[in-house]
Amino acid sequence: MSFYKQVTSKPWEYQAPVPGSGPETVFGSESEKIALTLFLVVVSVIFSLLTVTYYLRMDIGDWVPLSDPSMLWFNTGLLVVSSILFQYSRTKAQGEENVSSIKLAFFVGGVCAVLFVGGQLFVWQQLASNGLGVGSNPSSAFFYLLTGMHGLHLVGGLWVWSKTSLRLFGSTDVGDSRLSIELCTTYWHFLLVLWVLLFAVLANT
Amino acid sequence: MAIAVVLVLLVVGSVVFHFASPWWFTPLASNWGTIDFTINLTFWVTGAVFVAVNLFMAYCVYRFRHKAGHKAVYEPENAKLEIGLSAVTAVGVIAMLAPGLFVWATFVTVPEEATEYEVVGQQWQWSFRYPGNDGVLGTVDTRHISEANPFGINPEDPNGQDDILVKDPEMYLPVGKPVKALLRSKDVLHNYTVPQFRVKMDLVPGMVTYLWFTPTVVGSYDILCEELCGIGHHVMRGKVVVAEQADYDAWLSRQPTYAQLAGMSAPNAAAGQQQYAVCASCHGQQGEGNPALNAPKLNGLQSWYIERQLKYYQQGVRGAHPDDVYGRQMAPMASMLSTDEAVRNVAAYISQLPVTDAPATVSGNAANGMSIYNANCAACHGKDGKGSWATDAPNLVGMSDWYAYTQLNNFKAEIRGAHSDDDYGEQMVSMATAMRNEEQLNDVLSYINSLQ
Amino acid sequence: MAYVPLADQDHEHELHDPHTFITKYVWSQDHKVIAIQYGGTAILVGLVALGLSVMMRLQLGFPDTFSLIDPSSYYQAVTMHGMIMVVYLLTALFLGGFGNYLIPLMCGARDMVFPFLNMLSFWFYLLSVLILLSSFFVTGGPTGAGWTLYPPQTITPGTPGHETGILLMLISLGVFIVAFTMGGLNYVTTVLQARSRGLTMMRLPLSVWGILTATVLGLFAFPALLVSAIMMTFDLMLGTSFFMPAIMAAGEQLDYNGGSPILFQHLFWFFGHPEVYIVALPAFGLVSDVLSTHARKNIFGYRMMVWAIVAIGGLSFVVWAHHMYVSGMNPYFGFFFATTTLIIAVPTALKVYNWVLTLWEGDIRLNTPMLFAIGFIFTFIHGGLTGLFLGNVVIDLPLSDTYFVVAHFHMVMGVSPVLVVFAALYHWYPKMTGKMMNETLGKLHFWCTFLGTYAIYLPMHYLGFLGVPRRYYAMGSTDFIPESAQALNANITLAALFVATAQVLFFINVFWSLKNGKPSGGNPWGATTLEWQTPDTPPKHGNWGKDLPVVHRWAYDYSVPGYPQDFIPQNVAGDFGVSDDHDHDDAPAKHA
Repeated sequence: MSFYKQVTSKPWEYQAPVPGSGPETVFGSESEKIALTLFLVVVSVIFSLLTVTYYLRMDIGDWVPLSDPSMLWFNTGLLVVSSILFQYSRTKAQGEENVSSIKLAFFVGGVCAVLFVGGQLFVWQQLASNGLGVGSNPSSAFFYLLTGMHGLHLVGGLWVWSKTSLRLFGSTDVGDSRLSIELCTTYWHFLLVLWVLLFAVLANT
Repeated sequence: MAIAVVLVLLVVGSVVFHFASPWWFTPLASNWGTIDFTINLTFWVTGAVFVAVNLFMAYCVYRFRHKAGHKAVYEPENAKLEIGLSAVTAVGVIAMLAPGLFVWATFVTVPEEATEYEVVGQQWQWSFRYPGNDGVLGTVDTRHISEANPFGINPEDPNGQDDILVKDPEMYLPVGKPVKALLRSKDVLHNYTVPQFRVKMDLVPGMVTYLWFTPTVVGSYDILCEELCGIGHHVMRGKVVVAEQADYDAWLSRQPTYAQLAGMSAPNAAAGQQQYAVCASCHGQQGEGNPALNAPKLNGLQSWYIERQLKYYQQGVRGAHPDDVYGRQMAPMASMLSTDEAVRNVAAYISQLPVTDAPATVSGNAANGMSIYNANCAACHGKDGKGSWATDAPNLVGMSDWYAYTQLNNFKAEIRGAHSDDDYGEQMVSMATAMRNEEQLNDVLSYINSLQ
Repeated sequence: MAYVPLADQDHEHELHDPHTFITKYVWSQDHKVIAIQYGGTAILVGLVALGLSVMMRLQLGFPDTFSLIDPSSYYQAVTMHGMIMVVYLLTALFLGGFGNYLIPLMCGARDMVFPFLNMLSFWFYLLSVLILLSSFFVTGGPTGAGWTLYPPQTITPGTPGHETGILLMLISLGVFIVAFTMGGLNYVTTVLQARSRGLTMMRLPLSVWGILTATVLGLFAFPALLVSAIMMTFDLMLGTSFFMPAIMAAGEQLDYNGGSPILFQHLFWFFGHPEVYIVALPAFGLVSDVLSTHARKNIFGYRMMVWAIVAIGGLSFVVWAHHMYVSGMNPYFGFFFATTTLIIAVPTALKVYNWVLTLWEGDIRLNTPMLFAIGFIFTFIHGGLTGLFLGNVVIDLPLSDTYFVVAHFHMVMGVSPVLVVFAALYHWYPKMTGKMMNETLGKLHFWCTFLGTYAIYLPMHYLGFLGVPRRYYAMGSTDFIPESAQALNANITLAALFVATAQVLFFINVFWSLKNGKPSGGNPWGATTLEWQTPDTPPKHGNWGKDLPVVHRWAYDYSVPGYPQDFIPQNVAGDFGVSDDHDHDDAPAKHA
């Protein structure tokens, strides 16, 4: 039944029971995926609000634009590679052809993300040694805030990644971990897109 | 059953309470009769709905209460009825909203002929600035604020030189002329409210907000802060006097301009020394005080505090209350200083006397005193008890504790500070109640004694 | 569909296994236990907030009499009372408590879809409560910045608790939001994915709709609070100037520049206004079910009720700046926000009409839950109508920041939801415990609470008309407030003390009935919804025994013509509808 038809139906009118045995679902996929999608919406709200705040604060007048460290391009590359490797492991896991390549891609993908976080910390250090601390200027404050929030979300993802990796290396097939790999991949793509958008905002102001 | 009766009684009771209530809007003293009109309109519309829906509900409860053999009617919905009710509601809402928006449109559009004045808020005081003869307010910046320039006026700006500064919580407005208040804060959010004018607006640090009105009734009205601004929020008071043009002009001409204040010569401490001879007979050569004569220690006090108190004694703001025995002795002494100049000189002399020790005479639990002091007193007098020009709070450290004891009790009993011209005394009347009893008072004093 | 949600996967073997005390009641993953943990914690911390309000009322009614209260502790009480009541009591109780208990039962599920996450949500919530309460024991005490936490005041020295209290408050809010997000994702996913066969969205009881919509609002709104809390923590700890302009404190220039206090207010109210509906919508839902059950009549206009809940939820995101009419924001925003705000009145009014019309031609049983529900309609009408004053921008000019505002929001989001909480507790207590609560005590509790709160808040509106400002430790002397206002304040305080004391009746009733209450059976009210059809009362772990219920009808088949009973449970098969072209031969399956 279409959504519109459903919400405009008169529920008190008799309808013959729909055959079937499972529960009623609005979306025909795993609950974990629904929950992750919802969570990503929540995270999007957080970053949208931060971005709106960023632009409002920028207009106040004491804004000194930040010259973005070139290191960020390198970090972005790491995150792209990470995302590609996750996608690779996800695609392979559907077919379950080559377990060891799935394991390897998934593991290295995560390592790239770890390196990304390290790279971001290095950028922080670079900025700080150039005298741009958190409190120096609103632009640098926002830089630390936005990259920090993004990094925290990535670290959260890495926690799931590390659990999945352990499970993956402890078993001979992908079975148990397929859903985790899919979820991680979705999350990684989301964080990549988020980072590219943030980078665009940071680089253009 | 009982609930049906109670619902009817509550409706009737609310209506009766409304008409019998002596608590209603203060009489209007500005042009904003339109706001009162919108309120009354809303009152009648919502009042009618309140009565109608609740009486209907009471009827339903009474009429359809459970009876043996009775069965409810099965009726899932009635779209026509629901849409109809919504439509009627929408009409009611429009009837209230439309006039409201028209009035708001007049509120956001300030008339051309409105003259400007500035309201400056800080924790927990009001001060005011009027454009001088040039009709233009000079530029200001928080970074210019200092003891000598409390308004933060830009010294380079020619427009600011003739600005009239009222560093006093009482302001005047001419009756019948539209005015635009520019609102500015030095520290936190405040809100400039005069209930009789109906309009209010927040003061926001970092920006200038505004409101406008035309005062229509001569009189004196309270200014309140209505945005929580810290521990002294409830004692941040002022007065606005709406006066005839001539009275207003006369008052305004008595207020100093920025240039006058900036160009004032330094007080002459040497001249003050001669005047002080009279004071010394009780307060001692070094201003060390004399408990036997009920004369408190003076050295260690800031000059602006001494100056203000001497003026209060002269004006009968302080030392006039029949129960203020020693204050009444001080009043005629203060009046011997015949000019403002003399007051300034004496104050300057006292404030530069070497600081002597005052023997402790009270004993109490200093640890308990510390928690009361830090929670309630430190906001103005400072954690170190040294006071601050910014809050007009005098130094407390090393002063006569027996005197502080008397004064705190005087504040609590409204022997001191209750006079309407005692600008900051009223704050102490309220804050002194933080020390509920003798014991807490002694605790706080012994904590202050322990400060260096 | 091949997919089977977590809750239904082969748990069967362990469902009825004996558990140790610890796994059953402490580290429990059962939604019903978590619900009680959530609810119990919320009510306990709510009692702290109630105590704080008594403290405030004592000061206001009898100024300078009680030595516990000084200006500093008064503002701390104001702040903590507000924050606890709104966030830690009502949000947690409605969503964590009732949401947890009712969603799986009303949806015919065995549990939430992520039971472990659900448990984690409670423990994070408990942690946030402990952090919050710990601020009472640190130097300087809890923050006294007002529950709105407006900067710059919140972090400057003139405010109580600026030393540590404010930091603990911000951390606690952060932890709470994490807890809420874990719970919220769970509730929404469960409603979307785990309804039993036949239970379409439009067959759900309004309770579920209310809780679902409120949870979605929370998921969208709490991020704004999180963002503002994080940015304020930066300003506080790291010296940034997100919200802090160049200001003075005690004669010193502070090292801030350029920040915007109004920016914070926008973020705060972008959370804060939906928050009102996060509290109100579950109350709307629960009260609808209570009214319908005890009026023995279907909820009138079910579809419009659902749409109204969703519409109110959606609109609640575009009205936030009506809290800021006099904040100094661009005054032209006033036109937009006044309009959107008053538009919300239409779906809200429709809900009120439909509640009253549910009573019309009903067969009303005036037992305790029903009394509370009717009381709610009265107080909600009152609070809703005064909202029309404050929403209309020019009327807000004289009334904002006065006691009128205090009276309004206490009527609409204090008293009204609390009356629903009681209605719901009296209503669902038999399901939770298998015992009926004592009716006499319950009714006494209702009369004291209902009449007492009206005696508090009706007069308070008039103090507001008079212009008495809110958040004043003491009124001091003014030339426009007559002596009689103080007498009125004293009476309000007496009423408040009376109401606070009367709540003892409720707790006595809860504990007395646990032991001595009449056994309730599975469905004492003759209700249709699934939670009343469980094989055991209280329901066991897994809720439904061997087979999940199959749903054949909507949640409101009360007094269906031609059917012998005056209710048909949702899981009873057969068409007994009013349309008379069906024969009524299927005998109703008699349900235990």
